[in-house]
Order: sequence, then structure tokens, then C-alpha cells
Amino acid sequence: MSWVGRSAARREDPRLLTGNGRFVDDIRLPRMLHAQFVRSTIAHGTVTGVDLSGTLAVPGVVAAFTAGDLAVDDITAVLDRPLSEFVPTAMPVLARDRVRFVGEPIAIVLAEDPYSVEDGLEAVRVTYEAGMPVLSEEQALAPGAPLVHAAAAGNTLVDVSMFATEGIDDIFAAAHRVVYVRSRTGRQNAVPLETRGAVASWDPRAEQLLVQTCTQVPHQVRTVLAECLGLGERAVRVVVPDMGGGFGQKCVVGREEIAVGAAALRLRRPVKWIEDRRDALTASFLAREQRYDVRAAFDAGGRILALDADVVCDMGAYSCYPFTAGIEPLMASAELPGVYRVPAYRVRGRAVTTNKAPSAPYRGVSRPQIVMVMERVFERAARELGLDPVEIRRRNLITEFPYAGINDVTYDPGSYLESLNLCEQMIREEGWYERQEQAAAEGRFLGIGYSCFSERTGYGSGAFAKRKMAVVPGFDLAEITMDLTGGVTVTTGTMSHGQSHETTLAQIVADRLGLDLAQIKIHQGDTDRITYGFGTFASRSATIGGSAVARAATKLADRLLRLGAYLLETDDVELHDGHVRRRDDHGRALRYRDLAGIAYLKANLLPKDAEPGLTASASFDVHGDGTFSNAAHGAVVELHPGTGRVEFLRYVCVEDCGVAINPQVVEGQCRGGIAQGIAGALFEEVTYDAQGEPSCASFIDYKVPTANEIPDIEIRHLETPCAFTESGAKGAGEGGTIGAPAAVLNAVNDALRPTGVELDDTPIRPETVQRAIGANA
Amino acid sequence: MKPAPFTYHRARDVAGAVSLLTELGEDAKYIAGGQSLVAMMNFRLARPAHLVDLGGLRGELAYIRDDGGVLRLGALTTHHQVENAPLGPGFAVLRDAMGWIGHLPIRTRGTVGGSLAHGEATAEWCLLAVLLGAEVVVQGTAGVRRVPAEELFLSFFTTALEPEEMIVEVVFPRPAPHAALTEFAQRRGDYAIVAAAVDLEAERVVLGGVAPVPLRVPEAEAVLARGGTFAECAAAAAAAIDPPADGSGGADYRRALTRTLLVRACEAAMRR
Repeated sequence: MSWVGRSAARREDPRLLTGNGRFVDDIRLPRMLHAQFVRSTIAHGTVTGVDLSGTLAVPGVVAAFTAGDLAVDDITAVLDRPLSEFVPTAMPVLARDRVRFVGEPIAIVLAEDPYSVEDGLEAVRVTYEAGMPVLSEEQALAPGAPLVHAAAAGNTLVDVSMFATEGIDDIFAAAHRVVYVRSRTGRQNAVPLETRGAVASWDPRAEQLLVQTCTQVPHQVRTVLAECLGLGERAVRVVVPDMGGGFGQKCVVGREEIAVGAAALRLRRPVKWIEDRRDALTASFLAREQRYDVRAAFDAGGRILALDADVVCDMGAYSCYPFTAGIEPLMASAELPGVYRVPAYRVRGRAVTTNKAPSAPYRGVSRPQIVMVMERVFERAARELGLDPVEIRRRNLITEFPYAGINDVTYDPGSYLESLNLCEQMIREEGWYERQEQAAAEGRFLGIGYSCFSERTGYGSGAFAKRKMAVVPGFDLAEITMDLTGGVTVTTGTMSHGQSHETTLAQIVADRLGLDLAQIKIHQGDTDRITYGFGTFASRSATIGGSAVARAATKLADRLLRLGAYLLETDDVELHDGHVRRRDDHGRALRYRDLAGIAYLKANLLPKDAEPGLTASASFDVHGDGTFSNAAHGAVVELHPGTGRVEFLRYVCVEDCGVAINPQVVEGQCRGGIAQGIAGALFEEVTYDAQGEPSCASFIDYKVPTANEIPDIEIRHLETPCAFTESGAKGAGEGGTIGAPAAVLNAVNDALRPTGVELDDTPIRPETVQRAIGANA
Repeated sequence: MKPAPFTYHRARDVAGAVSLLTELGEDAKYIAGGQSLVAMMNFRLARPAHLVDLGGLRGELAYIRDDGGVLRLGALTTHHQVENAPLGPGFAVLRDAMGWIGHLPIRTRGTVGGSLAHGEATAEWCLLAVLLGAEVVVQGTAGVRRVPAEELFLSFFTTALEPEEMIVEVVFPRPAPHAALTEFAQRRGDYAIVAAAVDLEAERVVLGGVAPVPLRVPEAEAVLARGGTFAECAAAAAAAIDPPADGSGGADYRRALTRTLLVRACEAAMRR
């Protein structure tokens, strides 16, 4: 029986569940200083003075530095696009003169303990000349608006028009029906349980700056550290301990990571920075604030004829490295047509800069919004054309693969129709439609909503190059070494921040080598142990990292077979349960440890052309458009007129991520993702007052839902294997988050049908629901 | 999110605590469960120079006594102790209301006296004390005095307590077998957007989240007194209040919640 496909127990769990994990904040080094940042108290303006004298007099404070003191280079993220499409802007490690959001770091204070450092922060005197803040995309795009970056006219960092099918205006003019959707989504914070943090120390013996940090992208942090600090890459080592989540917030390089590195270099003392929750909520990386204006043309039979979209993403104050402010609008523009056969398409995607904390990728990146928008388009079209909302989807879903989309993307096979049908069948067979009728008769508001979507995963060099990124993430590397005891250590360039890679990658290796999981050690998160890697984001680890690991394991298996064949004096050998054996005589076998003993300690017995040792390495990349997972979600909600509460009565998810390496891990991904999707649909929003002061400094105001608010979720699996990943797996990390907002929004709107109110924005607040029913029922 | 420097003191008895606080002056604060104070200190919104820890007085001040229909709660009794106390039908309203207070870990440390002294306008103990006409027993330098709960809360987080005065006991003078408290917040355990409490026998209505203090609503109480319906009572309350608007909801929304929750509270009280 193969390991892939089995819900093997997570190998991470014993240490994590017994409190033996080691996170950044668990690291304590001798002579270690504690750092925190003086942060801007205004949203937009010029720093006219920073007086650190009072701070240096605070007991326990050792040093404090401004941008001028540290003198490190800025972080600049770039796209290979003309200035008309993309304006590069530098993000200084510490603000030099301009400050662009409340919370922007201006100086770093270092003290002997985490309490004194905060006393030190209070003693810093910063003077400002305040300017007018730009706090929304409307303000940013208004004529004569103050400029957040002098180089970015109209506060626009990205402005890309794409596809523009010829004759599209004529299609709209002649269409039976044109449907409009205008939708806004709130600014969100990914809220990893573990906030960001880093410990930097100079190792004089290795002549290396060691930065232990909780990042999804260790090699990119190394690259930026080396660039900003003027060091060779070999003089920087990034090591990642256990991580408590990232969700994209940690797949960009944080300026604080660079600042602590610079401080440690300068002071020759270890420096620890642990982001506190207030900073994490207000001054880290945010996401998701977007506005869509979409028109869709339909024929009388409910077939979509054309799609025309204007997308504006409020990316806050800076472009993140390496993705830039293009991350959201370019994703949205490329993927909007989704799972539907859209014959004509035009889109303009813009990123605007505002005086709010900058944006980074967040699980799903724009796809929660585009799926929400497309699913609203079809719901509205169904309503206006008098069609069943599921039926109209069926008429438009892509059913033949590979499908060459109007968006210049080729979709590999999936189960779009099958997943929607099964999802609807589950809801129907449980009697929810009858219950809905009964509820309506009683004057209650029960709604059923679906979402149907695919999710591009396994973005390789091909896909990212199409996006014109200057840094093209894509490939990944793996190395595997068998030791003298016959077990293996696998080193990967991907970086689990909660995804169970120590289990799932080991399952892949176990099948290739005929080993038990216990004999396989997965090593990740150390830039000194693998040449390069792009870490973990965009659901790339099972697909790309896993394929690299599989190939390395296969190469090692080949070496074992060749060595075994030589020693067993036959060409016909196989690997079985930690042995190489003759196919014709199973009794004649060699244990791996015997082979390793020869490969390392008796190389004189090896064939003449064989290298000593047992090690192999491999790479994997995707040169096409990636592989598409898909799913359908079904939500049943009841709205409570007296409070506006949205209560979940049922939530089902039919997902297809190809071969599920570990179904339990896939389900964990689905559930957590759906929880974050529900969070965006109903609960979370980062808001600002008129001066640009963030209103969410704690979990009192930033309403992350808890287990009390998230319903039970039933998950069913379909399996359309990926043809080009080694295990047949597609990515599974983001789908839950992508599908949930649309299903929830559709269910709420279905329930609101008697009121005539339609909601297209998220989060949907109880107050909004109460008002809709109270005013119209 | 680390507190400003402070000096820690541990009290051995009530008299010692009061004299210590008197001696330390206005920059000193008592700390009981610390569930509100420590968070405020971590944000440096509160920065007492001295903390006098009352943890050592638990043996003296954590108790639940039913003296023939008069319920006495020691000030250091935790919410969790009340939640699990064998209270009879006369005071079941207190036990049942505990589930609304934050989350379990908070309830195992937070105290009755601490919550009243903090004076948050949606805090369950503040509402319950006003609802049931409790008397708050307070010890200060001048000795012991009894403050009616209705006179305790002056404004946002502001009580009638002198800085050195310490709540030692809360006395609920009469059983309330037909009383109930209910709330609405978007998440379980959040501060209520609106909280509504009613005692049908005493014909009392108290709301939280609609004013700077727990608010009795005479207009709604009058409806109960003349035998009006629960819906009429709730409508009268909603009409009488002038609630604030903030990120959790506008004034109209709070009025709507008041209508809903007060009916729910009345029905729950009736069912007991």
C-alpha cells in the first residue's frame, strides 16, 4: 500500500502538541538585545526631527538608530514593465524623511529586555510636518489628490489593460441582457497566530550574519538582506524555526527583518524583534481591499458572451518584495473569467497607493474577490433571466479540457461540473430546499448559496514570467542523502509554516524508496543547506517542491538499484521495505544500511564508475500555466431579523486537488481556508479614521472569528490527477479561502430575496442585514 | 505591549491593603483578577506606579453565601465560581449570566469586585448589580460603607469609589426568580453591542451598551408595571434611549437590538 493517499499522522504533532516546538520567540542567545520600532503616529507627512537623547538615557536602553545611522539600502520590488504600466517605488528600511502610514518604522530602539525597550520608545521625540492623508482609492484617484509617492502620478503604481477582445463593445451592444456588479471588499489582515519576528546575530567564526526569522521565503530574505546590507549572499544565513502560520503575510520581506540584521551587525550583539499584536494588526502587511466594476453580456439562454471589468486594488503605502503592488490587480485581471467559458474579455487592473499599511499576498490573492464577483454575476443574471442559479452555471462551466481561455491561460483537466453537481445534490438530498420553503412560509429568512471555482496552483517560472516579475519565482530544488543507518534526509527549498510538509513530503519519498516515514527526515528553512528555493506560497509546495523531492528520491532509488544490481550480480532487482532484492530470489537482498556501508565505508567495493556516498539532487519547474484545483461550496444560512446575525445551518465543500497526498491534511487546509473566507465575508475589516489612524489595535476591534462562529464543514473529495506533477497532486492551500466568501454572500442574498435588497460588498455586518430586513420585510 | 514600570505590593489583609493604597496615593491601584487592568497596562492606557495585589485575600474574600434569600458574594469570587455555584432558583440569573463573560480562561481569573470597580457599561456584573438592587460593600480609611449599585456608576469607567476604597462584598438583597440577562455581540465572548436585563417581579429593566453606565429605563419599567406586553416594554425602551454610534453599530441598530434583546430577556425571565 502506498503512503501517498493515506492520512498518515502528522509527524510535526508530537513536538508541537507537547510544547516542544521551537519558534522564533523561543530563541534566546547570550547578550541578546530586544528591539522595537518607533513608528509614525501620522498617516502622511515629513519627519522634521527625531530626538533619541531621552531614549538613550532610559535605563536598559543600549542603542537607538534612525535611517541615517543605519545607512542601509532601500527595498525595491520591480516588474519588467514600462513606466506606463508599473511605477517602482522604494520602501526604506526605516523612514528617511517621508512617512506614509501610521505605524511606519522611523527608528529602532535596542535594550537589554523587552520592557525597557518600550520605555525607550516612549522617550523618543519625533516631530512631523503633517500632510493630507490619502485614505481610499477614490481619494487616491481624485484629480489633484496629494501624492503618496512623488514618482507615482495619480497615486497609481500599476495600470494594466489586458485582453480587450476585438469587437467586445459590439457584443455588449447587441446582447440580450447586460448584468452589472459593483463590489467592494474590506481590508484584511491574515493574522497568523504567531506574529512576525526575527533574531539576528553575527557569527565571527563563520563570518556570517545569521538571521533566524519566521518567513515563508528564507532565500528571498537572504537576498534582500545581502542587497540592503552590502554583504555577499554567502555572508548571510537565514534559518527558519517552527512557524505559527503565515498565510502570505510572511512571504514578503519585512523591513524589520533587515533592520534587526543591520543592528546586529553594527552592535555585534544578537538582536531579537518580536512583533507585538498591536503592530501586527496595524503596521504589518495587509490585503484584500479592492473595488470591482463589472459588466457581463448574456444571451437569452443565460450564456455569457462577454466580460468587461475595471479592478482597483488599494495596496497601501508600498510595493512588497518580491511581488510588488501588482500582486493583486495582475492576479485579478488574469484570472477573473475563472471556471466559465467567456468568449470575450476586457479588463483594466490598477494598484493605487494610499496612506495605509502596505499589502502583501494573502491566501487566495484576489481570487476570493474574483470568484465572489463572478458568482454574483451569474446569480444576478439568473435572477434577471428567470433561470435557476445552478443551472445557469452549468450552461457556462468549462467542461472540456485542456481549455484555452480568453485570458491566455490553458486550464488542465478538472471536475468543475461534477463538483457543482455533487455539492447541489448534497444540499438538495438533505432537504434544504424544502426547509427553505417552510421557513419562508413562517416569515423566516433562510438562504442557500453556492460558489464554483478553480484555483491556479503550481505557478512555475512560465506563469510568473508572464506576469513580468523581475524576480521570477518558479522552480524548486531538493536534495536527498541516505545515511549509514539506511534512512534519508531530504532538504527542500519550500518552507512549511503549518502545512505539514514534514509528513507529506516524507510520504512522497517513502513510496519512491520503500521506506517507513520514521526513516525519513525532512529538512527545510536553512539557506546554508540548500542552494536556492522559493519557499512556500501560491499553493506551490506539494506541486513544485513535492515534485522536486520525488525526482530526487527517484534518482537515489536508481543509485540504490544500480548498486544493488552490481552487488547481487543481476540486472533484475527491486526496492522493497528498506532492501534491494533480486526479483527472481527475494531471499537474496541487501539492506539499505549494507549498501550505505559500502557506499561510504568500503568504497573500494563500488563499481569503478560509481561515486562514493548516496546522495542525489533534483529540480522541478512548471513551464506552462500551472495546474488548476477546483471546488464547489454550498452554504445554508438563516438571517435573524432582530439582530442581523448570519447563522450557518450547513456548509459543504466538494474539492478536487488531484491526488490528495494526505487527505487529512487537505481537509485541514479546506477547513482553515473556509474559516478565513467566512472571516472575510462576515467579520474582519481593518478600518481607519479620517486621519488615517487604524481602528483595529486589538482583537476587540479586529474580529477574527473563533470556533464558536465557524460551522461544522463537510468535505467531499473528487480526484482529477495533475498530469505533470510527480505525485498527481494539485495545490490545496488556498481553495477554502477562495470559495467561501462567494458561497456566503450568495446564501445571504438568497435569504434576503423577499426584501429586494442585494448585497455585493464584504464584510456583511449584522447591522447591514438587520437594516435590510427591518426596512423592507 | 509591555506595561510601564510599576512597583508590586502584595496585601495580607483588607485593612492593610486599604492603608497601603492610602499611603501610596493616587498612582496606586488594586489588582484582583487583572483581566481588564493588565490589558490596559500592556497598551499603556493605564500606568499605575504601584499595584497592590489582592490575590492573598482570596481566603477571606472569595465566597458565595445565601443567608436566607440574601446572597453575599465576596469581592474576589471569580465568575467561574459563580458559574459553577449551586445557586437556587432565586439567584440562577447570576449563574446563567456568567456564560456571557468573555471566555473560560477569563472567567477563571476575573472577579466580581474587580468587574464592578472597573465599571464597564456592558459588564455583566454591573448590569446585574443594578438590576437586582445590589449593595456594594466598600472599605476605605473611614471604615465600611454600603453603596447602592445604582449610585456606583458615574460615567465611562468611573465609579463613586474613592481611590483607596476597596469593594469587599456585594449583597444581593432579594431573590429574583424571574430575571434574565441576554446580549448580542458578533462573536461569542465579545463586549456586548447591547445587553438587556430584566427582573419581572421587581419590574426593573437595565440596558448596557446604550449609555456610559448601566442604564435603568423607567419608561420600559412602567410598561411592565401596567401589565403591558414584552414587545411594548421593549419598544418603550428603544424609544427612550439615546444610544451612541461606533464601529460596532449605529444608534438605530442599538435601538433595534434593544427591541429584540429585551423581549428575549423578558421571555427567558418568564420561563424560569
